[in-house]
This record gives sequence, C-alpha cells and structure tokens, in this order.
Amino acid sequence: MRTHALTTPLTEDNAENLRAGDVVYLTGTLYTAREDAHQRILDDLDRGVSPPFPLEGAVIYYVGPSPMTPDRPIGAAGPSSASRMDPFAARLHAAGVRATIGKGRRSPELRSDLARLRAVYLGATGGAGALLSLRIKSARAIAYPELGPEAVFALTVEDFPLVVLCDCHGGDIHATPDLGAALS
Amino acid sequence: MRIIAAQTVIDEVAALCIDANRILPPDIRRAFLHRRSQETPMGRESLRQLSDNAELSATLGLPLCQDCGVAVFHVEKGQDVRVADMPLRQAINEGMVRGYREGYLRKSTCDPFSRVNRGDNSPAVIHFDVVPGDCLRIVMTPEGASADNASKVAMLRPSLGFEGVRDFVVGCVSEAAHGVCAPVLVGVGAGGSFELAALNAKKALLRPLDDVHPDPALALLEDMLLESVNKLGTGPLGLGGRTTCLGVKVLSAPCHPDAMPLAVYIQCHCARKREVLL
Repeated sequence: MRTHALTTPLTEDNAENLRAGDVVYLTGTLYTAREDAHQRILDDLDRGVSPPFPLEGAVIYYVGPSPMTPDRPIGAAGPSSASRMDPFAARLHAAGVRATIGKGRRSPELRSDLARLRAVYLGATGGAGALLSLRIKSARAIAYPELGPEAVFALTVEDFPLVVLCDCHGGDIHATPDLGAALS
Repeated sequence: MRIIAAQTVIDEVAALCIDANRILPPDIRRAFLHRRSQETPMGRESLRQLSDNAELSATLGLPLCQDCGVAVFHVEKGQDVRVADMPLRQAINEGMVRGYREGYLRKSTCDPFSRVNRGDNSPAVIHFDVVPGDCLRIVMTPEGASADNASKVAMLRPSLGFEGVRDFVVGCVSEAAHGVCAPVLVGVGAGGSFELAALNAKKALLRPLDDVHPDPALALLEDMLLESVNKLGTGPLGLGGRTTCLGVKVLSAPCHPDAMPLAVYIQCHCARKREVLL
C-alpha cells in the first residue's frame, strides 16, 4: 500500500501510477454528479453543447450532500453507491474524466472500461459524511440548479482522503464473500 | 385518561429527528472501539474514521450521514393516554417536518413514479402499537436507501428450519456486502405473516446491540448467525476483514404451519435511532 498526494486535474500518468489499495489525498476541484446530472451531461454531449465543466482530467464525486448550515460551506458529504452511475461512466471516462469517487462495487463492464480508458475508481468512507465535509473548503453550484441538491457543484477540497478501489490494471480491492466458510 | 398536548409531541419529535441524525447510538460507538483491535489495517482505519465522524457530527451539528433517510417511527401508545388538540399522526408529521428543516437534514421522500421530491421529507412512516399503561413511547429511525435496498422478504419452506434461515440471512448479507456501509447490523423477522415479518425485521433492531435475547434458542440463533455472517470475510466497507456485521437481532412471531415468512433487514453501520418516553 502506497500513499499519494495528488492535485486535480488528474493526468493519465497519475491514473496509471495508482494501484488498488493505495491511499490518495486529493487536493483541487471535485465535481458532484448523480444519475440525473450524468444524464444531462451526456445529453449536452449528444447535442454538441459544452459540458458544464472541463471533462479532461476531471474527478467526479458521487454525492448528494445534506443542506448547508449557516456557518459551513457544505453539509454532510459522504459518497453515494457508485453502481447506480455505472451505465453513464464509460462515456464520461472516454471524454476525459480520469476518476470517480463513490462507495461499493462497480460492474465488471465498468472495471474493464477503466482499464481500456486509463481511469480509476476511488472510494471515500461510506457514511463518514461529517468527517469528509471538513476537507471541503468551498462549494459552488455550476450547473443544473433545477436538480436541487443533485445539481452539479464544484467542490474545492484539501487532502480529501481516498482509497483506490479499482485501478486501471484490473485491480479491485473489494473482498469476495467466502460463502463456503460462512455456511460450513 | 392522561392527556399530552400535541405541541409537546411536535417539539419532542423535532428533537428526535435532529438527535437521531447527529448522535451515534452509544452501543454502536462501543462496538466500533471493541472491533477495531481485531481488524485489518484498512478495517481499523475505516472504524477510526467512523468514530471520528461521530465526534464531529455531535460537535459541529452536522448529520452523521448525508442520507438522512425516510423518517420511520415506531410508536407505542398506552391505552390510558391521549394526545389533545390534534391527531397523533399529524403531530408526529409536523414535528418531523420541523426537525428536518431546523436540523438542516436532507429531505428524501419523492413520488415513487415521477420521482419528484416532496421537499419536506413528509410523510413519515409510522407504525402504531397500542399497549397497556398511560405512556407514549416514540422511537425514530432514519432509514437510508442503501439499507432498505439491501433488505429482503422470503417465504421459506417451513421444513428448512434454522439452517434455511441461516442460508438466507448469509446470502442476503453476501449480496449486500459491497453496497451497504458495512459493518452492518442484521434484523431478522421470523414467522408472523408476509408483511409482519418485514416490520419485525426492523423492530428487532430496536434492541440494543449488547442485549441478549430472552429466549435461549433465539439467543443462540443470533450468535450463530453473527458468527456465520462474519465468516464471509468481507469486513468494513467490503474491503476485507472480520467485522462484516456488528450484531444480529431476531424477532419471531407465531405463523401458519404451512409457511415460514422470513425478512432480513440490513442496516448500515450507524444504525441511527433515538427514542423518547412521554
């Protein structure tokens, strides 16, 4: 297990250098998006409209934060289940998105897409919404405000703590359930 | 007949919603500490972050998790107490809406087909039981989507017995191990009817983690299920380790001789709940 301090936007070299199980502290800009925002971004691309943020080297955080309190830039902001975004992810990676952040396993198709498109899937601790929000220094809505908390926000983060869950070399650190042992 | 003002219920329910979302139950906090020493380095780090998260949530006034869930209430209403001025269901809903607004909690409820968000987290899901006495007990649990999505009801063949229950519970956790925020808590509703089993699976988790089931056979079943599930080896966040599950709780009810309804509720690690006795 190695530790990396990386800054966005991420390069293809950054992605290739990461292995499943490595720890990453990420600084820079994350763009939030869940299903509806993904659909809008892909619709924009289909219509030849510029996406709401530069996709090249971008990192997308699957998050639906709780409302902002008066004295903080954002509410609790832990990761959403990533598998819901599997149908959208390959096209965004093909357009330059270098990493996504979520929780839980990805589909086998998406894992092979990561290898093909030189991108990575990073995990934040599921449920640690208050802790993770401390590493978010500012949040600014940049697109699709009609989606409310699911609009696209640009988050400025410092040393955002992550683990490489799936790398671009076929590695995936999720443990396979040992049904044989459990039922013996 | 004892009388409680509706405003008291509204105020208490608003506070319950905020506290349930911000304060990690003490039994869960103890379990994180206890389990840390047995974990892999990655598992230890996950449990450390979750303990820190609970400290921060309580001190900063942020919810533990961004998914503040659908507001589910389990209410025991004494037959000798009544709420004045307003139907009890309405008072609970008003308190819930206020708590979610004032606590800066995420509002989740939406139309099941259009998926349009209702904006105030209403309506609450409320289960009422009438019990002896003149007290009103209200337990609030915010139920996040990952937990509900991972849970299942089955009508098992009665002859499968304890082994059938074990196989089904282990299978459910195995399928959910990478989607829900493990280590999970597992509530098992055994017997009753199709719909009662599901409700009992949730009610089973209202008991504290360290509570031993009063029926020795079911206490043994809970221990056996916990041991089996933890042998899956998927661990905290599904990244490997011994602690896939912090505890299994069973609530059983008599059922038809030809049926074995079984529900498995897979609750995420924070297992938020808060109660008040009025």
